[in-house]
Amino acid sequence: MKAFTNEQGAVLPLDRANVDTDQIIPKQYLKSLRRTGFGANLFDAWRFLDEGDIGVTPNERQLNHEFVLNEPRYQGARFLLARDNFGCGSSREHAVWALQEFGFCCVIAPSFADIFLSNCFKNGLLPIVLKTETIDELFLLAQEEQALELSVDLPAQTLCLTGGRTFEFAIDANRKRTLVEGLDDIGMTLAHAAAIEAFETGHRRAMPWLFDKGRALEEK
Amino acid sequence: MTGKTLYDKVWDAHVVGEREDGQTILYIDQHLLHEVTSPQAFAGLEQAGRKPWRIDANLATPDHNVPTQGRELGIAGIADEVAREQVIALDSNCRRYGITQFDILDPRQGIVHVVGPEQGATLPGMTIVCGDSHTSTHGAFAALAQGIGTSDVEHVLTTQTLVQTKAANFSVQVEGRLQPGVGAKDLVLAMIGMIGTAGATGHTIEYRGETIGELSMEGRMTLCNMAIEGGARAGMVAVDDKTLEYVAGRPFAPSGEQWQMAETYWRGLVCDPGAEFDQSVSLAADALVPQVTWGTSPEMVTGIDGAVPNPASTADPLAAEAIAYALEYMGLRPDQPMTEIQLDRVFIGSCTNSRIEDLRSAAAIVKGRKIAKSLKQALVVPGSGLVKAQAEREGLAEIFLAAGFEWRAAGCSMCLAMNPDRLLPGEHCASTSNRNFEGRQGYGGRTHLVSPAMAAAAAVNGHFVDVRELL
Repeated sequence: MKAFTNEQGAVLPLDRANVDTDQIIPKQYLKSLRRTGFGANLFDAWRFLDEGDIGVTPNERQLNHEFVLNEPRYQGARFLLARDNFGCGSSREHAVWALQEFGFCCVIAPSFADIFLSNCFKNGLLPIVLKTETIDELFLLAQEEQALELSVDLPAQTLCLTGGRTFEFAIDANRKRTLVEGLDDIGMTLAHAAAIEAFETGHRRAMPWLFDKGRALEEK
Repeated sequence: MTGKTLYDKVWDAHVVGEREDGQTILYIDQHLLHEVTSPQAFAGLEQAGRKPWRIDANLATPDHNVPTQGRELGIAGIADEVAREQVIALDSNCRRYGITQFDILDPRQGIVHVVGPEQGATLPGMTIVCGDSHTSTHGAFAALAQGIGTSDVEHVLTTQTLVQTKAANFSVQVEGRLQPGVGAKDLVLAMIGMIGTAGATGHTIEYRGETIGELSMEGRMTLCNMAIEGGARAGMVAVDDKTLEYVAGRPFAPSGEQWQMAETYWRGLVCDPGAEFDQSVSLAADALVPQVTWGTSPEMVTGIDGAVPNPASTADPLAAEAIAYALEYMGLRPDQPMTEIQLDRVFIGSCTNSRIEDLRSAAAIVKGRKIAKSLKQALVVPGSGLVKAQAEREGLAEIFLAAGFEWRAAGCSMCLAMNPDRLLPGEHCASTSNRNFEGRQGYGGRTHLVSPAMAAAAAVNGHFVDVRELL
């Protein structure tokens, strides 16, 4: 995973609670065998006025100019400002891949759904939780005529408004380290392979019915 | 020390240790796979030059993409080329690593959350994961079952563990007797309406109380299935006689001496007296009426005797805005009685409600009746090939067909419309599935979540009615 330290860019305000992963990346795009190619269809049903499908390019489609993502002032935004329970619903990691591929490095919200949050950390998309009052304030600033510019310093755990204020945010120290150092998640666990093997041996002894179930199937 | 909750017990029995990032390494007993969220995980495994840790802990079946017609054609019957590639990829990954798969032509194929319990691959006290948020279903067996993303699918394949921080405990206590025509689906929808779609975020739900004990295993699966719609990654129910009766004799279940050993352990998978919960809610079953969703989140729900809410009489401006937005998408007017919502299609199926008991309860309503002429389509999609065969043996398929329903082959189907079964823009559907999100059942489609009995009653009338009037 790519290390995450400092990033900066404009803020896109998505003023809606309970944004589910079906909206972030609709189901028809999940048929792909790859981890890439989802950015062009981020928020597909909101971004376009017609139905999309795999293989249909954005320029063949009708843009929804009312949708915030299509507003000229937010082009190239790198921070997504959202409301409560962002990323609820389906476990599809494609939602995180789509957000990153589109250009987002960070999602800021008062709360996130559990599976989405976990998927963010696995991919180095930084989820920042801030108090609702702070989020409200950021929405007001981000909705002004001139897009709001932010910079994030993960090691320092700060969000800075360009030419202005600084907000501190909390993040689990260990998860922060994983992001800052861009550690390989599976590699970190495999460093404990001996402990897993030892556990498995004891587990097999205590609960033998959990093992070799395929053989049981063949015998029956 | 105070007692342990059911979640505490299953968690504690699977802790391998702690990683340097402070997260717990949790051993995983059963990994379920399907075609949509696994290909990138297998590719990652291969690119890294790694191998699966324990083949026999994996079980796969294609469900999301498979068409529900022309099944005898197998893979060749998948008209969508991209979907076909995904099903082929699952076949080849399973073959390559020797993972047991019930493929598209296998009579045991079906929705992975129906197949697991049906085969006894889901056992009490297990840790279970799958790249699908509705993995919570398996918690009905006192298993700790959670949905995971694709990176974690690769992690579990490679290390047989999941790395996470323990969640908090959330008690949902239900007392009283459900009225005839009111079931587990109504109960869980009412719960979500009460706590909200993020109400149990960061928690594992344990469903407790007299009413839960009275529910069948199918009913408990419906409850746990939708724990995720209340924000909880897992929902659980304690072991009792019904759990053991359901599991006994299933293909992957233990027998003989191992069964005795397992039963002794399983009997202890209940919440200890005095165990403490971080949050709790109570529901009264007696007063519960059949539930119907009116909006675009499962929390937007009311009783069949109720009406669509009015944003103008909603005090909180954010809530009023959310209601107004949902009503616009759903094409409903404020204060519209739920019984006046006209329907275009009816879908009976999904990992929430496609088991034999669900089909029986719908068939009981449909029997001797016809679906409304105003409907464009009424679908029954059994959860697995075995459920389908059983329903055919019991004469349920005939009842549905005689009434004008279509009787299809097993899969996720119109729950998420990745296969050809879908709503057209603007169509209203009475659906026994789990999500009424925008476009979930097809671009521009409008989903109303209900129980199988309520879906059947709606099919007969062409609009929602109180199923209790048809009993």
